[in-house]
Amino acid sequence: MADNKPLEVQEKKELVAKGEKTVPARYYMPNTDIRETDDSLLVVMEVPGVDRKDIDIKVEEDTLSIEAHIDYSKYEGMEPLYTEYNVGHFARRFALSHMIDRQQIGAMLNDGVLTLTLKKVQQAQPRRIEIS
Amino acid sequence: MAFLYSDPFERLFQFQNALDQLRSSNWLQASPSGGGSYPPMNVFRKGEDVVLVIEVPGVRKSDLRIEAKGNTIRIAGTKTVEQADKASVHRVERRGGQFDRAVTLPIEIDADRIRAECRDGILALHLPRAERDKPRAISIA
Repeated sequence: MADNKPLEVQEKKELVAKGEKTVPARYYMPNTDIRETDDSLLVVMEVPGVDRKDIDIKVEEDTLSIEAHIDYSKYEGMEPLYTEYNVGHFARRFALSHMIDRQQIGAMLNDGVLTLTLKKVQQAQPRRIEIS
Repeated sequence: MAFLYSDPFERLFQFQNALDQLRSSNWLQASPSGGGSYPPMNVFRKGEDVVLVIEVPGVRKSDLRIEAKGNTIRIAGTKTVEQADKASVHRVERRGGQFDRAVTLPIEIDADRIRAECRDGILALHLPRAERDKPRAISIA
């Protein structure tokens, strides 16, 4: 992507509930990039304001679900004067098209960006067939 | 309007509603020099000071440049979004690029005591209100 274009604000998308939350607070959909290589799936997600301990990553059957909670106690004693974005927890689920090795999920958090490396299980990787 | 915590389960919701109500209030003026609306910011009052909370996920501290002149704050930088070349792309939602934004605050700030923190993709600028700008109590003789 051209890196010299001026950046524009991407409005946060509120999560459309699939299964309602029991708390009334709003959840947002983190902007996500997903790339696939031969042996793994790379999921890169923007979760500004979330501490590493407040991220919950789950792989169940063929669903990857991520929940990231913000610590809004940091806003205690602060009175809003002017706002351009809302704050809230982040949540998102993806249906996985490949079997993932659950023992080998790598997760990194840098500058509010969560990077997940999901290794595909052996049989899901493409196999090169030699022609004899 | 103070942000009151009455019910712990509804705190965040109340806070979110309070943030929504102040959407694009005219408290902050865009400075004539400031192009661009990125990065998005929220402005809070904390005691006598003002705090700008700015979302910059994926922007490294070293790629941010913050300048203050008078009551104008300029935030510029570059957001880099890595692209792997040997990969098939399933979803692209993150955007990278350059940004340069200037905002002028309607209060006088003490530029020498501005404090900036950047953590987990959030840039917080603590702007202390200038002594001379603080309201004085007038005693009635």
